[in-house]
Amino acid sequence: MAAAATFLRPSARAALAGVWLFVWLSWAAPAPADPLPVFEVAPGVFVHAGRHEETDATNAGDIANCGFIIGDDAVAVIDSGGSPTIGHRLREAIRVHTDRPIRYVVNTHMHPDHLLGNAAFLPDQPDFVAHGNFQAALAARGDHYRQAFDAAVGHAAAAEVRIIPPTLVVSDRLELDLGGRVLDLVAWPVAHTDNDLTVLDRQTKTLWAGDLLFMERAPAIDGSVLGWLRTLDALAKEPAARVVPGHGPPSAPWPDSAADLRRYLGRVVEGVRKVQAAHGTIQQAVETAAADEAPRWRLFESYNPRNVTAAFAELEWE
Amino acid sequence: MTTPHRTISTLSGSTLAGAALLSLCSASALAASPQEERWDMLRDMYFSGRTVEDAGPLLSLEAPKRANDAAVVPIRIVTAPEGGVQVTAVHLIVDENPVPMAATFRFAHGDSPQAVDTRVRVNAYTNVTAVAETVDGRLLRTTQFVKASGGCSAPALKNAQLAVARMGKMKLNLPDSIVAGKPLTAQLLISHPNYTGMQYDQLNYYFIPAHYVKTVAIRYNGAPVLDVQSDISLSEDPSIHFSLVPDEQGTLEVTAEDSNGRVFQESWPIRANSGS
Repeated sequence: MAAAATFLRPSARAALAGVWLFVWLSWAAPAPADPLPVFEVAPGVFVHAGRHEETDATNAGDIANCGFIIGDDAVAVIDSGGSPTIGHRLREAIRVHTDRPIRYVVNTHMHPDHLLGNAAFLPDQPDFVAHGNFQAALAARGDHYRQAFDAAVGHAAAAEVRIIPPTLVVSDRLELDLGGRVLDLVAWPVAHTDNDLTVLDRQTKTLWAGDLLFMERAPAIDGSVLGWLRTLDALAKEPAARVVPGHGPPSAPWPDSAADLRRYLGRVVEGVRKVQAAHGTIQQAVETAAADEAPRWRLFESYNPRNVTAAFAELEWE
Repeated sequence: MTTPHRTISTLSGSTLAGAALLSLCSASALAASPQEERWDMLRDMYFSGRTVEDAGPLLSLEAPKRANDAAVVPIRIVTAPEGGVQVTAVHLIVDENPVPMAATFRFAHGDSPQAVDTRVRVNAYTNVTAVAETVDGRLLRTTQFVKASGGCSAPALKNAQLAVARMGKMKLNLPDSIVAGKPLTAQLLISHPNYTGMQYDQLNYYFIPAHYVKTVAIRYNGAPVLDVQSDISLSEDPSIHFSLVPDEQGTLEVTAEDSNGRVFQESWPIRANSGS
């Protein structure tokens, strides 16, 4: 019977699709979302790995890692995905594994690919947890992010976007108790951004690094390249056996998996300093700095020119 | 039966293709016109009632085709006065920004070629426009289109606390070799957050007030070199490369004032090798 549709003439098929679209649009109630595929990287620690792509209508912002940790009493979401749709699908994935309440949604920093799923968790009335600088950084960029999302994904998806202020702010350290399971949150000085927050699950020694760790996908410097290198030094001392990167595989050994990122950031600094020593321009630095890193990173051409530009402005003040 | 039908469908196919081509053309014509409309509005706003000519070789503008970092887009303006023309000032305009006029550079030596580099914030796909003023009142325009950068690159401060802590600090970068009487390029950096005033604090329901560098006066041995009037479209920590012809001994003095009335001053001795 299902095969019948394939024999319909194209126009009839289009008409039918139109009808279905109409029906779907008329039913404003959201259809049950397809659970995001997640990987249990340690007992009770689940990670979805985002794609190494730019946000578009097809991936709906599924370009960053996100996931959750289940305790005896409650669940903590760590990053909510790059769109309300991805947030809904993450919520469905949680419900596949547990019906315990979602008490916390932790945002590791203010970038849209990590937090636009927040809106999907509003019905759970969780605490939205973030770094002390998070709100100011997001407020300065919120409109820009909304417009960029609208352009990349579409009006309908953008209409669902909510910029949600944190309800629980971390200025230094904070413990979250999920029942028999404690998470250690650390707010870092300026690095990838000026509001990076990490989560360490004591029980399994799993460190959620957020975007303080990029693997495979080219990193973006939106804070301070020197600060990021310093923070990686400090982060290496965290008592973790494995890490969940903000972009990359669901988990990797810690601290070894930061080697590529450290090398890349070091190459940017070195390349920019060289151009500045010769009184060169930003454009000259963009063309030369870290150029030999190109084959090692996905989306390199989209991010390296930007990183070099940002590093140039920063390193002028050394 | 089939042959005429096929002919018709071929015909209608080519007509369709023609129509598609037409609509493509009109689409591109339409795409160009909002930029021109925007410019017409800006011209009326900034140069009301005056004629603005094409600059030709007298003025050139360099900008990257794509803004790599929306907060730091390098721009270079070069004047090439000839045949008695004197370029006394250049206005730099980022057409689509909320406050399009980024800066006005007034040159003390309008009869000689001047090069100025600076950095601007770019909110969206935009034309960047330079308009030169000549001593006899002509306005000369050149423009370049800049594509905005990707989704998470916003024209915002990367390190808000540092920007405030370092406010008013200045740096002067000079070339390694300085020869008296020969033009050199110097870079002035002024640390300042250049808050735009467009950022709404959604937690506290207020706009973070605009706070930016408004004027920069550069003097060499007491004589003016360059005067800059600037606004929120200039990047944080404003950077200005400018031309200077040094004597053997001299002092460069910079006075900057921000929109809160804070005045920042700094001076540097410049030693040059004898040019003879």
